[in-house]
Amino acid sequence: MESAVAQDDSCALVIEPRTGYVHVGWRELWAARELFYFLAWRDLKTRYAQTAIGASWALMQPLLSTLIFTLVFSYLAKVPSDGLPYPLFAFAAILPWSLFARSLERSTLSVVTEGGLIKKVYFPRLIIPISATFINLVDFAVGFLILIGMMIWYHVVPQWTVVFLPLFVAVALLTALSVSLWLSALNVKYRDVASIVPLMTQLWMFASPVLYPASLVPESIRWLYGLNPMAGVIEGFRWALLSKAPPDWSMVGVSLGVVASLLIGGVMFFRRVERTFADVI
Amino acid sequence: MTVEGLSKQYRLGTSQAQDGSLAGALARRMRQLVGRRAGPPPVDDSLWALRDVSFEIQKGEVFGVIGTNGSGKSTLLKILSRVTEPTKGRAVINGRFCGLLEVGTGFHPELTGRDNVFMSGAILGMKREEIARKFDEIVAFAEVEPFIDTPVKHYSSGMYVRLGFSVLAHMDPDILIVDEVLAVGDVRFQKKCMGKMEDVGQHGRTVILVSHDMPAITRMCSRAILLNKGQVVEAGPAHDVVNHYLHAGHIQPCAEWPDPASAPGNDSVRMRAVRVKSETGQVTDVIDIRKPVRVEIEYDILEPGQMVVAQFGFNTEEDVIAFIANDRDPVWYRRPRPVGRYISTAWIPGNFLSEGTMIVGGGLFSEDPWNEYCDVPRVVGFRVVDPGTGDTARGDVTGRWEGAVRPLLRWTTECNPFQQGG
Repeated sequence: MESAVAQDDSCALVIEPRTGYVHVGWRELWAARELFYFLAWRDLKTRYAQTAIGASWALMQPLLSTLIFTLVFSYLAKVPSDGLPYPLFAFAAILPWSLFARSLERSTLSVVTEGGLIKKVYFPRLIIPISATFINLVDFAVGFLILIGMMIWYHVVPQWTVVFLPLFVAVALLTALSVSLWLSALNVKYRDVASIVPLMTQLWMFASPVLYPASLVPESIRWLYGLNPMAGVIEGFRWALLSKAPPDWSMVGVSLGVVASLLIGGVMFFRRVERTFADVI
Repeated sequence: MTVEGLSKQYRLGTSQAQDGSLAGALARRMRQLVGRRAGPPPVDDSLWALRDVSFEIQKGEVFGVIGTNGSGKSTLLKILSRVTEPTKGRAVINGRFCGLLEVGTGFHPELTGRDNVFMSGAILGMKREEIARKFDEIVAFAEVEPFIDTPVKHYSSGMYVRLGFSVLAHMDPDILIVDEVLAVGDVRFQKKCMGKMEDVGQHGRTVILVSHDMPAITRMCSRAILLNKGQVVEAGPAHDVVNHYLHAGHIQPCAEWPDPASAPGNDSVRMRAVRVKSETGQVTDVIDIRKPVRVEIEYDILEPGQMVVAQFGFNTEEDVIAFIANDRDPVWYRRPRPVGRYISTAWIPGNFLSEGTMIVGGGLFSEDPWNEYCDVPRVVGFRVVDPGTGDTARGDVTGRWEGAVRPLLRWTTECNPFQQGG
């Protein structure tokens, strides 16, 4: 059946050097969606193979961070938390932040990690960073259950604003993807990138309202602060779930604009550079 | 399927090194920005792995691609399977296409055989329900049914490649590109692989077979091209192309110079022939790895008193020197020889050479004082094959086995049992 379709002349495959503007190839990407599931499924299945406590590792990191940050920033440094219990305030930010940071790191390394495949068989390369980004939703979902538990413990009931939650999760993922599209492609040729990323995420965290509320940032430079898309995401996430301190919408707007342009540029850059992946890896 | 003027250029060495680090690239960009020249003018360090290759393949044809290592076969394969992009030229392919450069692509060691079949199939572009439909057939062909739910890291290398090949073989593409190295495992399974490919060809599908195995090419392919240094040197009926490859200086078991004037050497010593012979004395280009090989050199000594030593150099196909052998026959060693026609034979024991092609160079020298009468590299060649009977150095191991030679050594093992209560 498939072959009958494929023999249609309109499906003729032309292999030639590509020049200039490279289109995204949505149709090809869509046709390979099953591969996307398979790659994600493989990563999930193999990630915790031969570990004693398996997926619990996904929880360790955000929980420990929350504990330490609570001790240092709330207990010792007395950082304000928009009137929320600090552990909840911190965890509600660490969760989307981890989603973003893990996604960014994994996705940046993904193309080089899958070098073996890239050198041996053709498939739409964009699948690799996309899959490496979205797979982190699983860890996020597990962490989210803990967050719900904490909300019950602290008697915090989400308001109608919770409907915006998926939006901010999506923006966190897209931010990670938009940056990692650039970095993963660059990493193929310049392995320096792999060393820069952990440093970058660490600095980036302090430039985002994870440990402190954005309200600490002076009003006059708030819009500038919004150039960091994660600022909008984290404020928005807290607002949507815990309904305190509505985010500065102009800041969120700037964030969305930054993500959109990074993403479009990233896809185009990736498509341009992917031609040489097999030769350079 | 049409291929027009396909070319692929690789950059090597120096400029890559300059560009290879982020700092280097930035520094170069900076220098360009401020208008200074970026170091000395770049030397031409490019390599055309493929140059202006054109051919056409009809639907349902089994088409062969042959050539020595480094002739551009795998680059062609890489371009056609879209792993890398050509520098110039184009290829137009009609139909569902499958190219694979390695068996077991997409296998993950931690996943079970079952999972890996789905994974690998998905990477090759099969739909989930299609894989599910063919699953039993794939597993049966690979002969790994009892282990299908075991992680493949526990598989033997044979099982691994069998499963990998099986996924590929059941893709049912309109155009299948296969590298001979894909036909893997023991001899019996290799036959099964080749049979499966022939099957594919007979069902009106197009097969491109890349191989060193000349008998397989002549048997299966209708047409073929011969690549050398990235260019098509010959195209046509498979049989003719294979003959051209075997006899146009690439590899032949026998070289003779019937005309003394054109024979290598000088007025005192001339080489007349070099031949590869089996144990029983027949000229042959295929040698059973277990059997001895005779390589003989025939030469004329035209002036009396020469102290001639014959020499053979044995190189692997990758042009690695396996060993060099000089004539040490005590009857003639260090003795001046009378005028006449001589035949010196080097006897290479069985179970010593490595599998694959051996390229032999022949020469005639006097050692003290050093004098070279003639030296002919790559004068003859032969192929050493392991019959897969298990009584060779390879034993029951399948797959790649490195080494310029492969002697079957005498092995002894001692066992000291543990003392009870000690």
